[in-house]
Amino acid sequence: MVLSFVEIGLEADSRWQELTAGQRPWIRIGTALCGEAAGAFEVADALEMALADQSVSAEVSRVGCLGLCFAEPLLDVQLPGGHRVFYGNVDAESVSEIVSVHVAGGTPIVSKALGYLAEETSLAPPPEGIPDLKQHSMKARENRIALRNAGNIDPLDIYQYIANGGYQALYKSLTELNREETLEEVKASGLRGRGGAAFPTATKWSFLAGNAAADKYVLCNCEEGDPGAFNDKNILESDPNTLVEGVIIAGYATGANKGYIFIRHGHDGPIERCRAAINQARELGFLGENIMGSDFSYEIEIALTGDSYVAGEESALMEAIEGKRSMPRFRPPFPAQFGLFGKPTNINNVKTLSYVPEIVSKGGEWFSNIGHDTSTGTVILCLSGNLKYTGMIEVPLGMNLKDVIYDVAGGMKDGKVLKFLQTGGPLGGVLGADNIDVLLDFEVLRAAGAIVGSGGLIAADDSTCIVDLTRSLIAFCQYESCGKCFPCRMGMSHLLEVLERLCRLEGTPEDLALMQNIGVNMQAGSLCGHGQLGFNPVSSALRYFGPEFDTHINDHSCPTGTCLDSRYSPAASRR
Amino acid sequence: MSGLEQRIQDAVRGQTQPTVTVLSSLLAVEDELGYIPKEAVEFVAGFSNATINDVWAVASFYPNFRFEPPAEHTVDVCWGASCHLVGAMSIFKSVLEVAGLDSEGDTLDKRLTVKFNSCLGACSQAPVMALDHHLAGRVNPESAAENVSRLLERDGHGP
Ligand SMILES: Cc1cc2nc3c(=O)[nH]c(=O)nc-3n(C[C@H](O)[C@H](O)[C@H](O)COP(=O)(O)O)c2cc1C
Ligand code: SF4
Ligand code: FES
Repeated sequence: MVLSFVEIGLEADSRWQELTAGQRPWIRIGTALCGEAAGAFEVADALEMALADQSVSAEVSRVGCLGLCFAEPLLDVQLPGGHRVFYGNVDAESVSEIVSVHVAGGTPIVSKALGYLAEETSLAPPPEGIPDLKQHSMKARENRIALRNAGNIDPLDIYQYIANGGYQALYKSLTELNREETLEEVKASGLRGRGGAAFPTATKWSFLAGNAAADKYVLCNCEEGDPGAFNDKNILESDPNTLVEGVIIAGYATGANKGYIFIRHGHDGPIERCRAAINQARELGFLGENIMGSDFSYEIEIALTGDSYVAGEESALMEAIEGKRSMPRFRPPFPAQFGLFGKPTNINNVKTLSYVPEIVSKGGEWFSNIGHDTSTGTVILCLSGNLKYTGMIEVPLGMNLKDVIYDVAGGMKDGKVLKFLQTGGPLGGVLGADNIDVLLDFEVLRAAGAIVGSGGLIAADDSTCIVDLTRSLIAFCQYESCGKCFPCRMGMSHLLEVLERLCRLEGTPEDLALMQNIGVNMQAGSLCGHGQLGFNPVSSALRYFGPEFDTHINDHSCPTGTCLDSRYSPAASRR
Repeated sequence: MSGLEQRIQDAVRGQTQPTVTVLSSLLAVEDELGYIPKEAVEFVAGFSNATINDVWAVASFYPNFRFEPPAEHTVDVCWGASCHLVGAMSIFKSVLEVAGLDSEGDTLDKRLTVKFNSCLGACSQAPVMALDHHLAGRVNPESAAENVSRLLERDGHGP
């Protein structure tokens, strides 16, 4: 007999109570891809060993990412009934000290603590001498909706998700709202797709809802091949249950009977955590037949793809799930008529769907009041490059991009000067340092020649050569062109040839006109966004840094002196 | 049936997800063997009711598939934009030097495969590399070379 949702909730609460205010300290360590790269698995092993060696009893959870990637490996200790105290950049040695002094001894190591986060239900005074992590520049302006649980709960334990309000939205949809009213909430929220095009989500859903076919699909796009973007994978690692709940609600609102979550093969962390979330949801009766006792039945399957950036394009994604080459389809017919396996289909990005549970729980109106104009809600940004603080933040749309760089991310590392930002992935654009005084708003950013896109924000300091970075971006676009249409396939190759010539300081004045010509043809003659937008890196670089290109061509010199360094890209046989 | 054929069949037949396709079958073989031998192409074709041509079309399209056994160890180095900005090229230089290679590929003694990866998903820890699929971030040319040397001291068994 499956437990009722109310009974499951009570069980979840008592387990959570035990974790936060039970008998044993609770230690959480960030182990998303960012943590892994910083050595979190070694630290987690060292932690387990230190606890065993010193015979200290504690609960250890491998959680996702709190967004403070620069401080990883990052762990925190919560003594029973107390607050969370964080230690950054920990290693095997510091872990041993943390265990003996803080976990066993009961006193935080003030000199080593990064900060504390208050436990809402705790009556204990805040730890003395340790800063409030909420005041950290990377946290102070955040409004976490999709990321509300990231770094706080064990992604492999659905009960922790439920104890923090998880599956309330699905319960509300199924018991209080009908399908239309659920869709209404999403419409009222003004939610727009976070996969690149910022298309209104409810409008897209209504296309599918309006189709009376028996088999209909909801696809969640976690291809995320853009260098510089890791927020989709990070959600799967940090809080896969939010996404799974969003995919279920999307299925309910659109009348679909199956969902697919599409992930690139090889990203084992995101894949395994997502798989666990699906299996646990099924065990608790949130997937399968007659979900929560309603007449709604739904399944979710994970579909894996090979390495292909273009597989993230919605029609190529369907081809890949069908097991074919990920080459975009001609449209019409559009996915809502003829999609996966010929059935009506809706495709959304991971972030888009991860907002849905909170929108349904708190109401669309609440979400629509966050953000700026028709860019409602928050934006999840991946900060990388030469910044002081790298990581992942969720801030309200409408925030000034300049503030993100200089305030939130602490400006450039090592006192260097910002030269440009690369936003929205390889098909986005660059923004010169003097032009970043713009609002994070889909329309405003597009007018400035950049896009929010996938949320990647790469900051380059003044030691970077714009010609070299443009070459690198086009090398990626060339490598990833699926080859279906020649303006993109050949255009990218020619652009790369020209840019390599410029980097060798052998360019000619005609090369600029040649690139423009190729760009115009790519834009006009390409089937999908890859070719249509693929000239953006070049056009935006020329827009802000024309004189630097001129110097390469006319003076045969590279102002930063980096262009002539050895450059490597994938073997010709793989291109 | 040879041991290889057995492993191919087990991998393809052992898929538990409802949607089994040419691509999912090839990925299952890659997981098991680390490469796609000719026998796998033939078996997947028969199993999926597809032609050998169809299967090759898919296998040759996705650059993660290789058609000969991988070396004992694999090192991925990221060449994505975030890593490029903070020195990915100098990481390549140093890793290729240790490997004795000019570009990506296998060493002659088949102990090491060096691969270029367009993003390893840990851009906030750039530059990033992966040692037998285990990520290592914030590397510099010296630590990257050390990582590779340490990896080569270990026995490896392919994928
Ligand atoms: C070349 C190319 C690659 C894309 N890659 C992705 C991707 O990795 N993830 C994604 O969500 N959308 C990607 N998109 C956009 C999708 O086609 C689609 O618009 C999106 O998944 C829709 O979701 P949304 O409405 O929630 O934004 C890509 C588009 C193009 C042209
Ligand atoms: S534009 Fe490029 S990526 Fe898109 S279908 Fe054409 S060749 Fe393929
Ligand atoms: S760009 Fe190197 S890990 Fe993403």
